[in-house]
Amino acid sequence: MATDVFEMGDIDIAWCPGCGNYPILKTLKETLTELAIDPKQLVMVSGIGQAAKIPHYLKCHFFNGLHGRALPPATAIKAVNPKLTVIAESGDGDMYGEGGNHFIHCIRRNPDITNIVHDNMVYGLTKGQASPTSRRGFKTPVQVAGVILEPFNPLAVAIALDASFVARANAGDREQTREILKRAIRHKGYALVDIFQPCVTFNKLNTYQWFKDHVYYLDDSHDPSDRIAAFAKATETDRLPLGVFYVNPKSSFEENTQMYRDDPRPLWERDVDAGKLAALIETFRRAG
Amino acid sequence: MRGTQQAAKKHDVSVVLCGQAGQGVQTVEHLVTRILKAAGYHVFATKEYMSRVRGGANSTTIRVCGRRVAAPVSRMDILVPLNKGAVAHVAERLSPETVLVGEREVVGDDDVESQRFLAVPFTQIASDIGGKIYSNVVAVGAIAGLLGLDLDAVVAYVRRFFAKKTDDIVANNVKAVQAGYDAVGRLDVPDGLKLTFKPSPKVADEMLLSGAEAVGLGAIAGGCNFVSSYPMSPSTNVLTFLAQHGLEQGVLAEQAEDEIAAINMAIGAAYAGARALVTTSGGGFALMTEGVSLAGMLECPVVIHLAQRPGPATGLPTRTEQADLELALYAGHGEFPRILFAPGTLEQAFYLTQRAFNLADKYQVPAFILTDEYLIDSYYNFKGFDLSKTKAERHIVKTTRDYRRYKLTKNGISPRGIPGYGEGLVAVDSDEHDEEGHITEDLNVRVAMVDKRLAKGEALRKDVVRPELIGPKNYKRLVICWGSTYHIVQEALAEMGRTDTAMLHYSQVYPLHPSTADLIRKARRTVVVEGNATGQFRKLIRLHAGVDVDEALVKYDGLGFTVEDVVEGLTEIISR
Repeated sequence: MATDVFEMGDIDIAWCPGCGNYPILKTLKETLTELAIDPKQLVMVSGIGQAAKIPHYLKCHFFNGLHGRALPPATAIKAVNPKLTVIAESGDGDMYGEGGNHFIHCIRRNPDITNIVHDNMVYGLTKGQASPTSRRGFKTPVQVAGVILEPFNPLAVAIALDASFVARANAGDREQTREILKRAIRHKGYALVDIFQPCVTFNKLNTYQWFKDHVYYLDDSHDPSDRIAAFAKATETDRLPLGVFYVNPKSSFEENTQMYRDDPRPLWERDVDAGKLAALIETFRRAG
Repeated sequence: MRGTQQAAKKHDVSVVLCGQAGQGVQTVEHLVTRILKAAGYHVFATKEYMSRVRGGANSTTIRVCGRRVAAPVSRMDILVPLNKGAVAHVAERLSPETVLVGEREVVGDDDVESQRFLAVPFTQIASDIGGKIYSNVVAVGAIAGLLGLDLDAVVAYVRRFFAKKTDDIVANNVKAVQAGYDAVGRLDVPDGLKLTFKPSPKVADEMLLSGAEAVGLGAIAGGCNFVSSYPMSPSTNVLTFLAQHGLEQGVLAEQAEDEIAAINMAIGAAYAGARALVTTSGGGFALMTEGVSLAGMLECPVVIHLAQRPGPATGLPTRTEQADLELALYAGHGEFPRILFAPGTLEQAFYLTQRAFNLADKYQVPAFILTDEYLIDSYYNFKGFDLSKTKAERHIVKTTRDYRRYKLTKNGISPRGIPGYGEGLVAVDSDEHDEEGHITEDLNVRVAMVDKRLAKGEALRKDVVRPELIGPKNYKRLVICWGSTYHIVQEALAEMGRTDTAMLHYSQVYPLHPSTADLIRKARRTVVVEGNATGQFRKLIRLHAGVDVDEALVKYDGLGFTVEDVVEGLTEIISR
């Protein structure tokens, strides 16, 4: 597929050869092309880490902020200009570890953004420590006897919080991933897509082959409007389901703020309403 | 000379209300100050309160004057204790001249014997009318009676205040205020409390608002249309104000999950073209400091209202201090420019907050408004704001295809585009970046970008607010102050009446105005007055103006300065 409008040309990419981030980048560009999204209306927001460098590798507006803090600015960008397509994309350490509190409250807030998380179950940029989604027993230079914490389950947490859209994909399977991403970006409201991503340098356990052997796709028998069923699927650990787990259409944060009820203009186009301000100031003259 | 004699002579009466949290001290304060202003008297009020929702002891000091008044005094001419323990709470401020008004069992045996005790059984009177709930309004009536206000006007105001309640409630409140007023009328009230000076009808038309409201209005005037914050005393009042008026004034107000989210939201909003504010205090701001650094790196305009309270850590959550100057000055890792305003008056709180939005936008830097609990919770009447002097100046450009967000320029300011406006792409990165905003480890680019950011710090010196010199131009002594102590120091110096002493007030504390060194060197002796233990502004002057201030009058007990504190402190320093 020709993804020209998003191509950066010959650039230096900081990912390791064979990294699972490459297929995600390619799939994302294809998805955006298929959805006919204009790069000039697209804002990518990321934190810090190897995955968080992705906005540098496709043509778009971007906000590459602080580690763990992609979701608050992504929420705000969409809230002050709902005409923009906003995608917050980073790794599992960034979104679920450092940014865990924002993850929880972003779901509650339900901005109309897509949250793509590269889930490789390891810290890449800091060289191989455990991430929130590392499996128990996973040995690292810090977790020398193996991880002793329960892995964070982002899908179960998101469904528990009644997230608007919850899905999981596998970076190695671009065709299915593209379909899932398309649905997520089209979805109005917060959409989580957790993407299994092999880290070829620091995670010798969860490899392309391991993911291939340990996943299966949800079929038509799964009803994504059934929250209990979705939660049950999210807690499966033997073989890990992929696909759209849960969809719950509801009004978005931007709509709920009421800021666009009578005026569709983004905030930057609006001026101080001098008359209204003067009227407010006058109320402090009249004792009340 | 103390107490009521002085009050009579100076046309200046102080009324102190003291009661438990949740007892309605604020209702009494609200009614009394509004009634006084509506009657044409100059009025000032400030409060001190405990960090609890019920119980304890909170007090409000109200001053009513024949001239403009905007500073607290320690002196109590009238004390209205509303619960047991109230008198003890303000015992240090009692003088033989203080008139106590209230219930025998509340005031306590020692003070009941005093000739200056006026028994008004608030609760009994209220119960007779229809319930204890009216006792606060009985107290309002008693205060109005002591001050000799026109009863009809008082009743008219009470009617208006409770207008939205049921007819019964309005009638009972009217009865309560009349009963309190009449109860005092039957007593032998000491001379000197009745307001003998003439009220001015012009005052009735003036504005009466708090520091929090002045900051909030200034933000709106500055074009603020986005505020994200986490509640924390004493900064919360600004968030509350903007949230309450948000829809009507076009401000999106969001309570964030924590302060880290708050500032990162504000920066994101600013990136997309909003005029963004955070309002915070103490530890909340400490959590924001990485975000401050991000604003510096992304060159994102963001305004930070920092309402100071005593630390370290949780400190005294509801009290006041000026001890976060150095924190605001140095907050955030790395080197980048910033602007620090410290309004001294309600007018400055309004105009400087407005200005902060314009300068943050112009120079693409974080701009701070440093207030404190005292300024936020104090109010007085004044003429008002002139909206013709305010304008939300915008510096956003429409991007072209070859747009570069961090284009190198002579003064360091790159034209700021926003996503969705123009043909260009707007890329920002917390990593060191090239002109396009892409991550780089080219160390020559690094140096160019540091130089560019710091060049803005030089450029913004053109817009520094001049410190205000009050008093003789050929001063021998100079009293330097900053932020909320403006009126307190001004009144103290007026009272001291020294013709050789001037006051120099800074409403912008960083960068310092270039006149600073000359103004200080001109004086034979200099003293800084500030509400912290280590003399932070004195240190800042030494560091950034290269001059030493001789002495420091500091206070860090959580209560802030009164006029008497400054008079006594300066007198002692001068006599050395």
